[in-house]
Amino acid sequence: MRAALALLLLLLLGAARDPILVPEVSQHEVLLRQGFTGTELLLFGAVLSPEGTRAAQDYDIIVVLKGPTQSIVVREKQKVAGIWINVDSAELRSAPSYYAIASTRPIAQIVDDKTAAIYELGLKWLQLSPIGSIDAAEQSRFAAGLVSLQTGNGLYRQEEGAVKVSEQVLYQARIGLPSRVPIGSYTAETFAISKGRVVASASSTVEVRKIGVERAIASFADQYGVFYGLLAVVISVGMGWIAGRLFALV
Amino acid sequence: MDVYLPIANLSVNGLVIVGLGMLTGLLSGMFGVGGGFLTTPLMIFYGIPPTVAAASAASQVTGASVSGAFAHSRRGGVDFQMGGVLVAGGILGTGIGALLFNLLERLGQIDTVINILYVVLLGSIGALMARESIQTLRAERSGMPLPARKRRHHPLVANLPMRWRFYRSGLYISPLAPLLLGMATGILTMLMGIGGGFVLVPAMLYILGMSANVVVGTSLFQILFVTMATTMMHAMTTKAVDIVLASLLLVGSVTGAQIGAQFAQKASPVKLRLLLAVVVLLVAGRMAIGLGFRPDDIYTVAPL
Repeated sequence: MRAALALLLLLLLGAARDPILVPEVSQHEVLLRQGFTGTELLLFGAVLSPEGTRAAQDYDIIVVLKGPTQSIVVREKQKVAGIWINVDSAELRSAPSYYAIASTRPIAQIVDDKTAAIYELGLKWLQLSPIGSIDAAEQSRFAAGLVSLQTGNGLYRQEEGAVKVSEQVLYQARIGLPSRVPIGSYTAETFAISKGRVVASASSTVEVRKIGVERAIASFADQYGVFYGLLAVVISVGMGWIAGRLFALV
Repeated sequence: MDVYLPIANLSVNGLVIVGLGMLTGLLSGMFGVGGGFLTTPLMIFYGIPPTVAAASAASQVTGASVSGAFAHSRRGGVDFQMGGVLVAGGILGTGIGALLFNLLERLGQIDTVINILYVVLLGSIGALMARESIQTLRAERSGMPLPARKRRHHPLVANLPMRWRFYRSGLYISPLAPLLLGMATGILTMLMGIGGGFVLVPAMLYILGMSANVVVGTSLFQILFVTMATTMMHAMTTKAVDIVLASLLLVGSVTGAQIGAQFAQKASPVKLRLLLAVVVLLVAGRMAIGLGFRPDDIYTVAPL
């Protein structure tokens, strides 16, 4: 009993020393519809001392926006008999479909490798869960290939120095979403870090989904393939026929 | 004009796509080919996923061949019996193509196979067309007409069992020959998103030995139905037909096809064929470069 009380006291004291993090996202829904060409999310919030006053201390802030994970296969091309073809591949069970990280300073200066690996802070530390046994060197080669590919597509980003903290209280970071952003539930996580230790973290969610005609088309195509195909055929024959008739009049 | 494509999951400049359709429509009107061989690679260069590009190009070819097929059938330029056999083969071919597509996708070799098919087919047919049209042009210059080619079917065709009479084509051959030919083009349509006209027309002339006045009409007839089957097959299996993308392409290509058809009536057919050969060879060359040079990204990702 006494031990339990002591533990509780310790926890409270421990908790009391940690700052309070109040995160917010500029929009909790990203709607993909006609005219969508990508957007920018503002991840912002406040970091306060336990008493609810200004922190009066510089915390490092790292924000991570992560899309739903998916099982993927990464293929690697090699030159065989003069042409580049897929030769090697690796299967990864938990690759994020989207991953963006922003921080106040270069991540390597904020946390050590171990902490970065535990909290998946940085593109280097994504936990991809490869299927089957592949050795460490091969795994990191494919991970690097995936990261460079998705960075090129605008789906993976690492922007060190993109988080601005004003008056030791308010922090904000802008994170871009390209037009090819995958749909699903995203999590936005914020970490407050002091002396290489994560002292507070908080997360919220962002939904990315299609609405309106785009959603109707996508679900129609998915659920009623036959009718969707018929519609496509009718449209193409109809348009060809109409054009023929119109030009015959000219 | 930014347009969001709901199946391809990205936004494109709609005017670029319409222009692309217009360009291939012009070609199809001028030369009587579907133009899919140009649409699919151009869309891939533009950044549309290859599967979506191939699946949506098929419906564009349907649109471009409709009015041509109608016009030829009014003039009696379609051998419906031959066309029927070709279409039956073509539909079988799209089924086989769908299985192949699936298999190659799982092996991760679909892109390479598509590229190699493009280089080999376009390269060889483009070279043949170029040679033939240059020979004809030379003959016209020198005033010495080329010896008329004897119209007859390939000896292999004669060896096939069972013979039917195809009156309009002027043939008495086994229906297996057009069936197999239709099947081959069906497979190509499914894999490459092309109508197959530029394979079909020479094959009808030189392998089947059909009479020239029904070749183009019958090939358009076959392409019309086989691309419809391909669209259906893609809609049911790969689910990669993007109706917004296809509509944009169609707007451009159906108008382009009409303009091209009017232009074709004024231009000399031999020069047109030489021009087509040049275009075909350019596409093949671009594809060959893509295969031989180190790509920007040697890694690709596919869902498991």
